[in-house]
Amino acid sequence: MNVSVWAIAVIPIAAGILLALIPSYRVGAIGNVLASGLTFATSLSFLAMPPVVEDYVILDSLNTFFVVLNTLVGFTTSAFSASYIGHEIETGRLTPLFVRFYHAMFQAMMAAMNIALLANNIGVMWVGLELATLITVVMVGIYRTPNALEAAWKYFILGIVGISLAFFGTILVYLAGQGVLGEGLPAMTWSKLLASAPKLDAALLNLAFIFLLVGYGTKVGLAPLHAWLPDAHAEGPTPISAVLSGLLLNVALFALLRFKMLIAAHPGALKPGPIMITIGLLSLIFAAFMLYQRRDIKRLFAYSSIEHMGLITFAFGMGGPLANFAGLLHMVMHSLTKSAIFFAVGHVAQAKGTQQLSGIRGLSVTNPGLAVGLAFGVIAISGLPPFGAFMSEFLILSSTFAREPLLALAAAFGLLVALGALLLRLQNILFGTPTGPHHKVSASSLPWMVHLSLVLVAGLYLPAAVIAWFQKAAELLG
Amino acid sequence: MTLALDVAPVMVAYDVAHFLAGMMLVASFMLLYQDRIFAVLNTFAAQAMLLALAVAWQGYVHHHPDLFITAAMAFGLKGIVIPLALNRMVVRLGIHRDVDQAVNVASSMFLGLGLTSLALLLVLKVTPGASSFTREGLALALAVILLGFLMMITRRNAVTQIVGFMSIENGLILAATGARGMPLVVEVSVAFSVLIALFVFAVFVFRIRERFDSVEIEYLDRVRGDRRVQGDGR
Amino acid sequence: MASPIQSFMAQGAQMFLVLLVAPAVAGITRKVKARLTRRQGPPVVQCYRDLLKLIRKDSVLAGNASWFFRTAPYLIFAFTWVAAALVPTFASGLMFNWAADVVALIALIGAARALLALAAMDVGTSFGGIGSSREMMIASLAEPASMLVMLTVALAAGTTRLPEVAQFLISQPLEIRVSFALAFVALVMVAIAENARIPVDNPATHLELTMVHEAMVLEYSGRHLAMIEAASYLKLVLYFSLVICLFVPFGMAPLHGEPIAWAIGLAAYLTKLTLAAMALGVWEVSIAKMRVFRVSEFLGSAFIFSFLAILLAFLSREVLR
Repeated sequence: MNVSVWAIAVIPIAAGILLALIPSYRVGAIGNVLASGLTFATSLSFLAMPPVVEDYVILDSLNTFFVVLNTLVGFTTSAFSASYIGHEIETGRLTPLFVRFYHAMFQAMMAAMNIALLANNIGVMWVGLELATLITVVMVGIYRTPNALEAAWKYFILGIVGISLAFFGTILVYLAGQGVLGEGLPAMTWSKLLASAPKLDAALLNLAFIFLLVGYGTKVGLAPLHAWLPDAHAEGPTPISAVLSGLLLNVALFALLRFKMLIAAHPGALKPGPIMITIGLLSLIFAAFMLYQRRDIKRLFAYSSIEHMGLITFAFGMGGPLANFAGLLHMVMHSLTKSAIFFAVGHVAQAKGTQQLSGIRGLSVTNPGLAVGLAFGVIAISGLPPFGAFMSEFLILSSTFAREPLLALAAAFGLLVALGALLLRLQNILFGTPTGPHHKVSASSLPWMVHLSLVLVAGLYLPAAVIAWFQKAAELLG
Repeated sequence: MTLALDVAPVMVAYDVAHFLAGMMLVASFMLLYQDRIFAVLNTFAAQAMLLALAVAWQGYVHHHPDLFITAAMAFGLKGIVIPLALNRMVVRLGIHRDVDQAVNVASSMFLGLGLTSLALLLVLKVTPGASSFTREGLALALAVILLGFLMMITRRNAVTQIVGFMSIENGLILAATGARGMPLVVEVSVAFSVLIALFVFAVFVFRIRERFDSVEIEYLDRVRGDRRVQGDGR
Repeated sequence: MASPIQSFMAQGAQMFLVLLVAPAVAGITRKVKARLTRRQGPPVVQCYRDLLKLIRKDSVLAGNASWFFRTAPYLIFAFTWVAAALVPTFASGLMFNWAADVVALIALIGAARALLALAAMDVGTSFGGIGSSREMMIASLAEPASMLVMLTVALAAGTTRLPEVAQFLISQPLEIRVSFALAFVALVMVAIAENARIPVDNPATHLELTMVHEAMVLEYSGRHLAMIEAASYLKLVLYFSLVICLFVPFGMAPLHGEPIAWAIGLAAYLTKLTLAAMALGVWEVSIAKMRVFRVSEFLGSAFIFSFLAILLAFLSREVLR
């Protein structure tokens, strides 16, 4: 029984309940930051801990990595949301009551994601993701405009489709386990399933993996099932867009990776690699082309998230120590950079009073500070040096090129197409005749500066300890 | 089979389970077929009650008393409370009583038959080693789930989409109880049902609010005033 | 084993039995309907009288009627009679049991239907054409449905021969089979459509907009009409027998039965037939006729039911094997 492992789920839950009781939104916002910071601090203690394997909880180097990333971005997002929400209350888009609800839900969502990450029981993992999804649905619809409700509804419907398929897949995995481990809890415990993976029924595992891939893949936002993602990003509050892109997609992909490890450990089962490569590449190239037609700034970056999740799925599909390492690194870079971009975008939209790209011009004249932040963010996410995403993308491409040159070319093509689109849009946003009303925004630039400087440091120099840690996680992935 | 029952009772146990699950599938088809909202709600309630009976039967046959909780939840919440709540919602909000269909009934029925065949063949092919209860439950459950998806896709109405989702969930619970000894079935179904109830409630409240916004007396006055001014201007 | 002579006799008896009871069955249904609507109604034997009268009358032919128009009624009657005589009624182990195959049965009914539809178009009146096209629309849905229903039961019994199916069902303990329940509903729906009963068609009216069967036989008179009427009575008995044989065969005499078993079988069959005829009458007065456009939906659901029935039958067979 390990206290800090449980604390990581208990702190946000307790904080959520407390925040629901605090009427003042200012105190609530501060409480939100404090609780997120405390969770992050607790997660840091994981770094020094030996692996934990219990019936319900597992802690290995793979999910330690995810939990730390998750809580870090959760912490900075809560700091950003404190300044963002203040503005929303001033303009009257949200009432204090809804903000109270929002803070409670934010913590509940963090708890749900942490539960999903730490669960050793595949049922609990599913419940965590399900909860996180449903909470984000509510959050996306929080503005209650017709568009927001429609986006929430679309997200709900597609999310439910995904989550049901994933549950069916989970039942099939249990059935496969039941044949070897007997009825009851062991057949749902991931570590035990992995240990006896070669003995499981291959046909059941194959079918289960297909269901899980489609189910959790919907949450990751992979190409044929991505329709909810741009809407949900565009219509919800910006902190939620940041959390969606930076965290929830990662958690869903993490769940998928757990099952990929399971099926890869069975010699007779289907090879998950080629399927993931195909879907990943499809998402990457499709989203890259879609970037050119966007009119809404949040939708633009939502499609960019689809593109990057495609690239990450592609990397994990390639497999092997180097590609896995690169995939994990890119995951971190993407989470940090994309949430930083959304922080900047949130304030930009508030300053300009619109999310339409046509209404956002001449930002470098009107809001130079935000312009710099957004510019660095876009440069980082396009994979240009000296930022960390350059390194991870370079690693993915070079490791692929050594094995499958054609696939590497296809991925590089997608990345270049996306690069062009993003730089084109960035130019329109920064320069040109300034447009729009200029609301005063008291933007706190600390969150995005922290993220981008982390990304910059990662691009320039990765400490040996961090590399060793990533390598351990990559090894687990096989 | 590890049951302490002789052959004939096993057959009866299977027959009843088969009957209940089969009727759930039939209810799914009837959900697809209905074009009136109230009929859809009633059919859904019937399906939920069948699910409750099926789960209770599994609990009785396999001596898993915890399944009775799941059954009671399904019966009370999804068989009675939620259909009634939706019924009230439809009446109070004046939602269209006809169901808007993206695909006509005949094509969706034939698609449904195709999906059902697919589900049965798939499960039968993949699970040759499992017990007859499991295979049966899983096959029919997958069919119910796929039909629920079909319903969600082919209907444009929010209420019918909720019903479609809940019938998917009925299928999931059927599958989970079919896989014997699966822990967490109770917890999951409880969590699921509560969340659905919350959701229905949330939608209810949101829509009510919208409605109050638009029937606010002040607002109506303003609209009328504008019109009169326009009329005078002419 | 019953001797060939005995089984031949029994087959002959069955053949004339169905012919004999057919008008009475239609008469009972009519009587029940009349009494339920508070009318006296014609006596049960009225159908016999009608047939005799029609046979004695000359038939009037349209000027452009071909030989086909004149021969079709006899062929239709013959096909329907053979089909009705093949379905086991009171006993199995009859001479032509090997021919009482569901596929053969459906082929015979289909042939009779095709002849009627062709004959209706022969004279070239517009009603005949409407009737034929509607009949074919109904058939295109009803035929696959009835095929599936019979195959559902055949799948459980492991044979497509009706007497063996009936014997198998009698030998089984009573079970709850959802596939049979669905198949039963589907077969009843098909039977209603095939026999032109309410709500698909109304045998008692000549309303131009809605009629199907009556539109096709509008040009017939005299002994030709008698043949067609007799065929339609026989068809009703055929479907009743089919439902009885597939779903409630209890009481039917076994392969090598004693005379007493045959007597019991006969009594059981006649009772069940009477009950079915009365049930049809009750059904017809308690429901309204649907528009022709809705018929495809009605039969479509019969098809869905039968398809589900066979899927479920297949499932439980695979699972229990």
